[in-house]
Parts: sequence; C-alpha cells; structure tokens
Amino acid sequence: MKSHETDILVIGGGAAGMAASLSASKQNKHVTLLERENDTGGVLNQCVHNGFGVQFYQEELTGPEFSTRLHGEMSEQNVEVICESYVRNLDVHEKIAEIFSPQGAYTIKAKSVVLATGARERPFGALLIPGERPSGIFPAGLAQRFVNLENHLPGKKAIILGSGDIGLIMARRLHLEGMKVIGVVERLPYAGGLTRNVVQCLDDFEIPLYLSHTIIEVRGSPRLEAVKMVKVDDSLNPIDGTEKWIEVDTLILSAGLIPHVEDFADEGALDHVNKGFIVSNTGETVYSGIFAAGNNVAIYDLVDYVAAEGWIAGKNAALYAEGNLDKTRHLEIRRGKNVNVLVPNKVTTEEHLRIYLRLKEPIDEGKIIINELGIEKEFKYGVPSEMLQLTVNKKKLSELLHDKDNVTVEVIS
Amino acid sequence: MKVAVIGGGIVGSLLAYELSKYDLELILIEKNNDFGQEVTKANSAIIHGGYDDPPGSLRAELCSDGNRKYDILSKELSLPVKRIGSLVVSDDTSDSEKRLEELYRRGIKNGVEGLSILSSDKLQSIEPNLDEKYSKALYCKSAAITEPWMVAVLAAKGAEKNGARLITGDEVVDSISKGRNIKKVVLSSGEEIEVNLVLNAAGVYFNKVARIFGVRTPEIILVKGQYLLLDHLASELVSTIIFPLPSKKGKGKLIVPTIDGGILLGPTSEAIDGFNPEELSTTSKGIKEVADAGEEFIHGIARPKWFIKTFAGLRPETPNKDFYIKLSSEKTNFITVGGMRSPGLTAAPAVADYVIEYLIQEKMGITLVKNDRVRSISPGLRIKELSFEDASKKIEENSSYGRIICQCNQVSEKEIRDAIRDGARTLDDVKFRTRATFGRCQGGFCTWKIMKIISEELNIPLEEVKKNDKGSELLDGKVRK
Amino acid sequence: MKGHITCTVCPVGCKIFISDESGEIVIEGNRCERGYEYAMNEVVRPKRTLPTSVKVIGGSLPLVSVKSSKPIDRKRIIDIMKKIKSITVKAPVRIGDVVAEDIDGEGTSLIATRNVKEVHEK
Repeated sequence: MKSHETDILVIGGGAAGMAASLSASKQNKHVTLLERENDTGGVLNQCVHNGFGVQFYQEELTGPEFSTRLHGEMSEQNVEVICESYVRNLDVHEKIAEIFSPQGAYTIKAKSVVLATGARERPFGALLIPGERPSGIFPAGLAQRFVNLENHLPGKKAIILGSGDIGLIMARRLHLEGMKVIGVVERLPYAGGLTRNVVQCLDDFEIPLYLSHTIIEVRGSPRLEAVKMVKVDDSLNPIDGTEKWIEVDTLILSAGLIPHVEDFADEGALDHVNKGFIVSNTGETVYSGIFAAGNNVAIYDLVDYVAAEGWIAGKNAALYAEGNLDKTRHLEIRRGKNVNVLVPNKVTTEEHLRIYLRLKEPIDEGKIIINELGIEKEFKYGVPSEMLQLTVNKKKLSELLHDKDNVTVEVIS
Repeated sequence: MKVAVIGGGIVGSLLAYELSKYDLELILIEKNNDFGQEVTKANSAIIHGGYDDPPGSLRAELCSDGNRKYDILSKELSLPVKRIGSLVVSDDTSDSEKRLEELYRRGIKNGVEGLSILSSDKLQSIEPNLDEKYSKALYCKSAAITEPWMVAVLAAKGAEKNGARLITGDEVVDSISKGRNIKKVVLSSGEEIEVNLVLNAAGVYFNKVARIFGVRTPEIILVKGQYLLLDHLASELVSTIIFPLPSKKGKGKLIVPTIDGGILLGPTSEAIDGFNPEELSTTSKGIKEVADAGEEFIHGIARPKWFIKTFAGLRPETPNKDFYIKLSSEKTNFITVGGMRSPGLTAAPAVADYVIEYLIQEKMGITLVKNDRVRSISPGLRIKELSFEDASKKIEENSSYGRIICQCNQVSEKEIRDAIRDGARTLDDVKFRTRATFGRCQGGFCTWKIMKIISEELNIPLEEVKKNDKGSELLDGKVRK
Repeated sequence: MKGHITCTVCPVGCKIFISDESGEIVIEGNRCERGYEYAMNEVVRPKRTLPTSVKVIGGSLPLVSVKSSKPIDRKRIIDIMKKIKSITVKAPVRIGDVVAEDIDGEGTSLIATRNVKEVHEK
C-alpha cells in the first residue's frame, strides 16, 4: 500500500477542481487532482449546449470546449491528474486521503485540500411521489448522459418535472432529437432556470411551461405509462378538481441539485440555507487548510462563477500550504431581506470580495445593499434562478474590517 | 426421491437449503430471475424476538426457534445479520405498563431469550434521542436485522452447492397426477419434471399454485405495508429497532436501522381489495403516516433532506393470521407452506425444520438420510466492508476491485461483474446483489455505467438492458443511427 | 411580443427589454450597439447557435458534440436537424474541426466541440 505526498490535493476534476488546480499550480506548488471518472470535466463533458465561458474566457463556449480548454491549461502547468480515483476517506485534520483506484489503494498526505465535489441531482425517491415504481423515470442529468454521450434516447414521449436549467436544456434536446416533449412542469409561479433558457429551450419550440403545477402520481408497470398533473395554489397545495392524467413513457426530473458534502463534513461545517460548505472569502471551510469551491458550497447558475471560485480556493490553498495564508480578520456576512443563497459566509482575508446571492422572491427592480460598507448595486428583473453578483474593492473592505465584525447583505426594491 | 420446492423466497430457499443436506434429488423453482424478489424483498428485514405471537400458535412456536437458528445459518451461509436489539416503548400510563408486562410474559412463554423490562434511565441511555414520554420499554437483546433477499439468494446457492437444481425465470403452470398422487410438474417453458414430493412455498401466490395441483387452501387477504427509507445520516439518531405497543392490526409503524446503515420508517398495514399481487403503489397518506409515526418516537428523524425513497411490500394473511403449513388432504404428496406473514422471515429457518422433521419424516413417515457434504458458502466480498489494508490486497489481485462504480455505496466493478456472472441480468438484480444504487443519488450517477457493464457481460445492446421485468427496458432507439 | 432577454454578447449580460406590440419595435436597457443588434435580431429574425451531436465512425465515443459556427435562423432549426442526423464523421476528431460545411445555405458549418480518439476494432 503506497502513500504519496503532495502540496495541494484537489478532490474533484470538474470546473471548480480544474480551476483550483490551475491557480494553485501557478503558485509553483505540487498539485494533485483526483477525479473519479476516467476523464476530467465532470458534467461539462455532457453539456453539449453553449453558454459557458462568457465571463471566464470572454467567449461563448459549449461545455466540452470549456472543459477541454481548462484541462489544457492545467496540463501545461504540470498538475498531476489521477483519474478513476475514489476517495474512501478524508481525515480533515491530518489531511490524509485514502484512495481506491484500479492501480491500487493508496493514501495521499497534503498540506492543504480543495474539495470540489460538486452536487448531485435530487432523485425520484426523495420527491415522495406516490404510485408505482416503473422504469422510464430519469434524473435529467442521467438522461443527458444517455443522449449526449451514449447515443440513446430515453423513450418516446416525455414530460419534465422542474424548470431548473438542466430540465429546460433537456426539453430542447429531446425535442430536437425526435422525442415528443409534452411540457415542463414547475410548482412555483416562476421558472427555476435562467430566462435565456426558458426562451431558447421552450419558447423557441413552443414547448409549454406549466407554472404552478406539479405531478402527484405516477402509473405504469413495468414501464411508465402516465403521470397525474395538478395545479397548485399559493401554498403549493394541489387544487382539487384540476387533476389530469397525461400519457407519457418518460419522466425527466429536474427537481433541484444538492451539494455533495455528506462524505466529508458534519452538520457544523455546513450552511443550512446554501446546504453546502461554510466558506470564507478565501474558500476555506471551518476545517483549517480544507477549502471548498463550486456546487458543493452552493448551487451556482453559471460555470464561470464556479471556475472563478475554484480559482480563488486554489490560490489560497497554495498560500496555506506555504504558511502564508493571512487569516487575521474575521467579518461575518449575514443574510438580510430577500436574500436566500449567499456566498461567502465570512471574510478572513483582505482581498477583493466577490459576493454571490440568490433572491428569495422575484423583484422587478431592486438594489443589493450592504449598509455597513455603503454599497448599493441596482439590478432589474431579478429572479431566484439567476444569481446576483457583486464585488467589493479590497481597499474599501480593509477600511471597514477594522471596526466591524459583521455586515448584512440585503435586497430592497 | 425427487422433491420440488415451488417459490424461491426466503421460506422456499431456506427449505431447499435444509433439504439439500439430505440424500434426495432437489429442484427449487423460482418464477423471477433472482431469489427473494417478492414478499421477501419488501419488508422490515427484522429477525424478531418472538414475544409478539399468541402462545400456542405456529408463529409463536417457530419464531423464537427461527431467531436462534440464524446464528448457525449465518456461519454456514455467510448471511448478513446484525443483532442490534429491539425496544417496545411505552409511556407511563397504567394501561401501557400492563400491556408491556403482558408482552414480556408472552415472550417468556414463547421461549424468547434476552428479554427485560427497562426503566426510563436505562432506556434513555440506550436511546438518548427517544421522546421523553416513553418511560418504559421491553428490551429484546436477540432481535436482529438482516438483508432478506440475500438470505434467499445465499440459501439457494447453498442448496445448489449441495447438488440442488435451481430453476429461475420459469414457473409452474400445470401438474400431472395419477389419482391422489402427483407425478409431474409442468413449467411455462414446457419442461415437465418428475416429482415425488411437492412443497408449495409460493408466497402471495400460494393459493394459485395449490389450485394447479387441485389442492384447497384458505383464502387470504393481501396486506400492504408502505415504507420510507432515510439517509445514513439518520442512523446517528437511533441504534435499536423501535416498536410501539402492538395493536390488533399488528406490530405497528417502526423505526428500523437497515443492514447497510440507513433507516426505515414503517410499515403501514392496509388490506387490499381483492387479489392484486402487483398492487405495490405508495400513497401520500401512507407516506405521511409512517413519517409521523417515526417523529412520534424521535423528533427530527423524518427530515425531508434525508428522504431517499418510498416503497411498498405485500404479505399474505390467512383469516386466523397464522402460518398455514400443512399436508394436503387432496393429494398424498403435497405440502403447503403458506400465509407467511410476520414473523415469516424470522421463522423461516425453523419452518424448514418443521416441514422436514415433523411433516415429512414424522407425519408422512418418509425417512430422509442426511449426507455429509460440505455445506458452507464463503462470504461474498464487499470492498466497502474491508479494511483499507485488505481492500488494497484485493485490488492488487484484481484491479477491477479498485474501480468504484457506485460512489454512494462504494461498490466496485468486480462485484457488479461477479453478480452478473452469478445470474443477475437486470439493474434491479444487480442492485439487490451488490447494493449499488441503494444510496443517496439512487443511481443518478452510475446507472449508465451499470447498464454498460450488463450490456457487455450479457452481450446485449444497451437498449435491451432492463430495470426488472420484460418491458422495463430503460432506453429507446439511438440518437444517431 | 413583449419581454426581457439577457444579452449574451459579452459578460455583462444586460437585461434588455424588447417589444413589438405597438407596431413599433422598442429596445431598452442595452449598454452598447452589439446588444442593440442582438436584441433586434431577437425580435425580427431570432437566431440561435445550434449545439448538437454528429455520429462518429470508429471513435472512442459514438457521438461528437458540435456547434454551428454562427447562429442559425431559429425557424430553420428543425429542418436543418434532419440534415444533421444523416451526417457522419470519421475518428479521430479534434476540437475545432469542421465536421460539415454549409448546413444552412448561408455558409454556416458545424464545428466539433470536443476531441474523439480513434479506436481500433478488436
């Protein structure tokens, strides 16, 4: 049983992990990236659609292009990439990972670790939809894998539950590839994905979007035969008399993403609203020397943000590895009015601060306000599905860090 | 002597296993592709203490014996069994205390070992998260949990190792008798098999099978139980099986740790109208009831973020709610082992002894000769259960052990291929043999990989890979032909 | 039609309000000319970059993901898809390779967006 050592260990080779590896390696540190699939890229490899890289690379790219480019840059930096590696255990204090791979079982000891483990899709079972248990029910990402990489359609006639981006993207994909797509069902009164996707995936092809609707039963054995759709009221309760059975052989689920954190953290390390790791503006978690970035911190809407956050975490993991990570400040960032997801949770280093947030409720015209810093940023057409982002200049931040220990981010109209 | 056991659930398979220890020709016939896929796979997976059954009933007689026998069987067949103990909890009303005492006395009468009544201090120390209103409990040290379908699979393998012939994917559709003597069974594939003795252990279908042979058996009702499976994280809140005081309907809705670290809440107990063995749907009402019942015991256990899935199982119930294990009066060589509802799983090993020693040898007067063939099954390997050092050695022997396919449950490629080479043909077969896709992501990440492996191993195109039965193929045509 | 769109020409992502209900085309909220043009196209002749897949012969993957070299008239996408379904390309494919020329009669080609290695049959 072998044991290796490295400076920075990055777990997860998707957008966040690759960006973290790249930035850590630019600090002349030895970086080892572990990826469980047989190639890096994560879900980017199956996202054949475009919309990636507009900010990170100033170019609109498809998923595979974004991934290939990032991987290429990483290779030039001599990042050690180990694919087909499974982290069985991570000791967050000793920073030792136990790994299984076809090449053998081994441990890696690192000076710092970046967790870039992404998120998983909410499975059908967790939705507690009553009825039978037929085949033909797919989380959207799994369907995407089959269509884009394995060259197979999931069925003939589909309905999509959940209007998150992946559901909208798949609505278009399945439609263009010859399946009948009955529509997208969304229980809230507004879409869960980016507006551009509602336009380009549904409106463009006249695929109906059933807002304020949900699916309350599935029928069929051994294959799906029909689903029961119903209208819901403001409290999301089914309205009697609006039930309708719709015949489909495929149910695609886009019912939310869940940060993948359970294997590496206990409750105390997690933010209960973001559902992911608590992080500071350096990307460091509550465990010293353990950093996290990407969808395992909060569910982001653009891969560009994920890559940017990965970049920051990688850089700081490298600083930590050489004993140079400044953690002398402590400023808590709190949620105020209409703020739901909020990253990061605190500031521990004087750096340009990038704040990401999601609204609780849609608001046509609003302002993000941080009273204590005298910052206001206006925006229009705000919806929970589109993250708002604001940067606080390093100097401004420094001025205030000295006499405050918390700030509140809120949104008003 | 040729013996046919019809039905490869836990009862039929254990029956076949025990019979295989004797000098006779044995056939185990299972209509599904794998063993233990009907009643056996959708229940609480509990090996009960045996204090709950009315003294004098067949259930009572066989439950505590069965419980004890699991220790021997565990060794012979490398069964997954965990003796975690159970608690029947009650509040401090005098009525509740009386009922608890009654259960205790019943248990003693039924020969249950390891029973004691706990006061609230002791109770709190075993289960600190239990609601304070539960101040007393009947603790049963001998209660355990298992993986029932694996017991059936391993018992069938054990029988096969001892020379039994296993038939899967085929069912008995007809019989040929000469007067009151059954001569042959006829399968749906057309095969006719000569028999001297037929054992009917066909689960919910035991009446249907009996009729094929012209045998009358009591009418049954099917009782559905709905369950809610919770994430492994929930298991930090509880360490034993928690029961309420039993009622007329049955043992009630429980909190049951599962063999691989999850938590089950349930079951409901709903009689189905008519005979519909495919009625396995869950309902909102049922799911809510089992979640609420769990919350009554331990607040915060039924957390939505911990919900993994819901499912339902059926049990066949005779009018007197007891097992129906009897020689037939219509035929001389037919035994029915039916009505196997709770504690069927627990009693199964003892049922086998009862049938062999009492019904076949004593009542029918047939002498069976034990053979002394080697009868142990070596434990199946789960890389997840090995220490890092042992796992490392295994991976060095075969790199396929190091390729983890199901990330949530740490199931390796080798385990999956082995399961398929051992008879698994569908996604569900692989799932039940290896525990792949039982975890948090419910196959969201690895289903395509498992399907590719099945496609390779069975040499079938990806679109022919099924979830379970015929017609359950997951994929349609190609995107690009 | 009336509504707002997110311009994708540059990273700013202006939310642009567009409408042609009153018979007059109204475009508001863009911060530059390119955004105006983008919005105008959305009203008059919406175009979309088409991302899809093409069959690969002899590759390590059965499909290569591709995209149109420039946006295509949205109304023609379904027809163009029919054509794309019958195209095949031989491995190896490199990112950026032109997999098909002029799929829409206006000089738009299909460009590979990933690498697909060649695999030799056993």
